[in-house]
Amino acid sequence: MSWAETFRTAWDAVRSHRMRSMLTMLGIVIGIASVILTVGLGQGAQDQVKSQISALGSNLLIVSPGSTTSSEGVRGGFGSASTLTLQDADAIADDEAAPDVKGVAPVTTSNAQLDTTSTNWTTSLVGATTSWPDVRKREVSSGRFFTTAEVSQGAKVVVLGSDTASELFSGPTNPVGQSVSVGGTQLTVIGVLSASGSSSSGSTEDDTAVTPISTAKALTGSSSSSVSTIYVEATSEKNLSAAYQEINALLLNLHDVSSAEADFTVSSQDSLVETANATNKTLTVLLGGIAGISLLVGGIGVMNIMLVSVTERIREIGLRKALGATPKVIRNQFLVEASLLGLAGGVVGIIIAVVGAWTLPGLIDQPVSLSLLATVAALGTSLALGIGFGVYPASRAARLTPIDALRSE
Amino acid sequence: MSAVVTLDGVRKTYRSGAIEFEALRGVDMSIDQGEYVAVIGPSGSGKSTLMNILGCLDVPTQGSYHLGGEDVSTMSEAELAHVRNRRIGFVFQQFNLLPSLAAWRNVELPLVYAGVSRAERRERAVAALTRVGLGDRVENRPGELSGGQQQRVAVARALVTEPDIILADEPTGNLDSASTTAVLALLDELHDSGRTIVLITHEHEVAARASRNLTIRDGLITADDLVVA
Repeated sequence: MSWAETFRTAWDAVRSHRMRSMLTMLGIVIGIASVILTVGLGQGAQDQVKSQISALGSNLLIVSPGSTTSSEGVRGGFGSASTLTLQDADAIADDEAAPDVKGVAPVTTSNAQLDTTSTNWTTSLVGATTSWPDVRKREVSSGRFFTTAEVSQGAKVVVLGSDTASELFSGPTNPVGQSVSVGGTQLTVIGVLSASGSSSSGSTEDDTAVTPISTAKALTGSSSSSVSTIYVEATSEKNLSAAYQEINALLLNLHDVSSAEADFTVSSQDSLVETANATNKTLTVLLGGIAGISLLVGGIGVMNIMLVSVTERIREIGLRKALGATPKVIRNQFLVEASLLGLAGGVVGIIIAVVGAWTLPGLIDQPVSLSLLATVAALGTSLALGIGFGVYPASRAARLTPIDALRSE
Repeated sequence: MSAVVTLDGVRKTYRSGAIEFEALRGVDMSIDQGEYVAVIGPSGSGKSTLMNILGCLDVPTQGSYHLGGEDVSTMSEAELAHVRNRRIGFVFQQFNLLPSLAAWRNVELPLVYAGVSRAERRERAVAALTRVGLGDRVENRPGELSGGQQQRVAVARALVTEPDIILADEPTGNLDSASTTAVLALLDELHDSGRTIVLITHEHEVAARASRNLTIRDGLITADDLVVA
């Protein structure tokens, strides 16, 4: 008997027991849908983290004062050995000492209240140098960024983040040219930053005010040359680890400490991605494991129903054998039937997963990204489950002797 | 006339734990082409066992069985399936039609296992149904047919492969008298057109329609009578 005929016979059997077939499929449907959705959720979360972080620049290294394992770093005390300085930033910017470094942006951060004539807004005040927009991948949407001269003079100018600008200057007012005061010092708004790509996650990248680093120091009354963070842009993503090595060696040397007592941390966006992904992965594996178990239970359901089906159709099997079906033909019929159930369950499961991926993000505010690979793998798994759990019932059916099968009531 | 069926010293022993039961105790018989033979005997006489062996559903413990010149007593399960498919047409007491399939699809089943093409199967199935007087019931499912009609579908299924013998096991056991008459008339007709028929029954009136009666009792053939019409 040809495979086409076997397929047709199996299809007839599946169709003539619609209710039972549907219930059998249900386990596989739920299993496949939940596996695809959990993997999709995990993938979606990873993609989200990746896009948020790459929006900040994938060539970026962040040098922070103090070791993360040491409580001293948290203090960030002025003048202490653990503090990064403008001199450190200059050293890193040196082409000979660190050839793989393209740009260096030392920043100071503090919170400040910005006042206009009509309102006020507290935001993070960033003191920066002219390299800041390049290194941080930010652009000015209106007005301009400050110049080198303004940095060295400590000019009273400020560039506002887009959210900050809209908080301070509502309506049609163009913020550029207006003035804001910080602790009594009048600053002229010379530019507004365009919205950052990562603002969707509710980050505060767009709620900020950037002034020349000298101006920021004057505003906070600090005379030291310490900075909060040094952002370093590597020449390319490929040279990131080389740049990392260079910075590390340079700073250890400058601070005159061994790597065990390092008073700074160099981290890359990659390590942030990795940390975030590791968390996501753990969750995905956990949820995927639970979904996988439900898939296994679904497979056992197929086997259970197929065994019942063999018992129920014992007379049919006997008749088919009497009419000339060999044991192999009977075995194939039941195998194809089980695979059909598995495959159909897989297809319905995928449809449900796709619908779920389409509706879920609106309900739980989590992106779901379905991968073709996961979908194809799910289809393969459902087929394999059908075959795998169909083997035993099929071989039982094949082993029945025709008289026993015909005689049974 | 050449013998279609030849049994030589056929014995069949069933074993159930320590208990051995000899259902057939040395049966010798031969059936010629075109004969209409009724095997009669009370229940427990070994007639069902004989029917199973004749139908290649079971193999003898001892002795040999030649069907159409082939020794089938030593064949494997798969080979027996092919022999059943090619040489034997079954008619069962319970009809044994598949309820989910239309009449013609029930009739074509043996042809499916014989590997006949779909178009030819349909053609031959419809021809066989027409032969048994159900040419207008081709698309009906068994549930939509009367008992007599269902048994005629089963006869059509037995005919469709042009088998060497038609083996009917109590074909009228589940039928009312009108249907019984119709089915027996159909068997008469098939016999008249040259078919070899073996009928198993415990009813003498049914057996009387055959051309030869074999009586079986306690696993042995005790009488072999030609019926005078």
